[in-house]
Amino acid sequence: MAEIARVDAELDLKGEICPYTFVKSKLELEELELGQVLRVVVNHRPAVENVPRSMKNEGQEVLGVEQVNDTDWEIIIRKAV
Amino acid sequence: MINTKRFTEEQVKRYSRHIILPQVGGKGQKKLLEAKMLLVGAGGLGSPAAMYLAAAGVGKLGIVDFDRVDLSNLQRQILHGQSDVGRRKTVSAAETLCEINPDVELVLHEDRLTSDNIMDIIHEYDIVVDGCDNFPTRYLVNDACVLAGKANVHGSIFLFEGQISVFLPGQGCYRCLFPEPPPPGAVPSCQEAGVLGVLPGIVGTIQAAEAIKLVLEIGISLNGHLMLFDALDMSFQKVKLRRNPSCAICGDSPTIKELIDYEEFCSLLAVPREC
Repeated sequence: MAEIARVDAELDLKGEICPYTFVKSKLELEELELGQVLRVVVNHRPAVENVPRSMKNEGQEVLGVEQVNDTDWEIIIRKAV
Repeated sequence: MINTKRFTEEQVKRYSRHIILPQVGGKGQKKLLEAKMLLVGAGGLGSPAAMYLAAAGVGKLGIVDFDRVDLSNLQRQILHGQSDVGRRKTVSAAETLCEINPDVELVLHEDRLTSDNIMDIIHEYDIVVDGCDNFPTRYLVNDACVLAGKANVHGSIFLFEGQISVFLPGQGCYRCLFPEPPPPGAVPSCQEAGVLGVLPGIVGTIQAAEAIKLVLEIGISLNGHLMLFDALDMSFQKVKLRRNPSCAICGDSPTIKELIDYEEFCSLLAVPREC
């Protein structure tokens, strides 16, 4: 992943499926301050598209989505609203 | 461990469809879990209202009803079932609601509301959902909400028609609309005139939606409006309401300073029960 200034919170959502991947990411993001960054790790393939799409729909900024190993993906979100 | 703050794993799943909504989210769901609502009546209107409010995770739900379940109630009062006939409505309601959502704290008030007890009862709630079936109680609830500064989510039904409104403190009340109850005998009761069973399902559900919107502070409230529903035409009509400055209870110079127990004329009109 390219330069991500700082990750303020991390959420391991391996084993979670949709929609709980988004629900739990959203709940975590609600606890952050504007501008703070959340890193979410998922291994449920549909969540790789669903979580960023839902985050963008809510006005959040998706900084990156990247596969980190054979099974896991990370989604980096900056709280924008 | 997954950190979802104060929500339990079960709550995350139970309320996920709320949390997903941009207008609700975890913050809105927490507001619902902290909300305190009083349901006046566990009958036709109170049934769907209570069931949806419980399902929504309203933290504390009070239910006032002194009555027992009658076979003739089951045509519309979906909180209760065949095996509940003869039981207290509060107890029957609590069983149904607990099954829907054990998260909700239920408080049962098994007394008839009067000028003596209503202020003590509504004191501990933020929002009153009025699903009563008679004018004396409706005016008592209205006046008590005005005096105690509580939001009153009003619903009433007759034949095929329903009315819904929201009265917020200082912004008008039921008396601004109808200053006095009709004289005893002037209006037939539901017992006498009949009511379409599904009608309170629609009206009570709208009351629940309005109460939830008040807690979440979203959308446009029926505050300042009266919704008129007609099941035969399947029509909804919204008319504007204004606070009446000369209203006897919420006006600029109120003449009603204490609660009134109007004559319980519904019982005077009661049709003979089968025996």
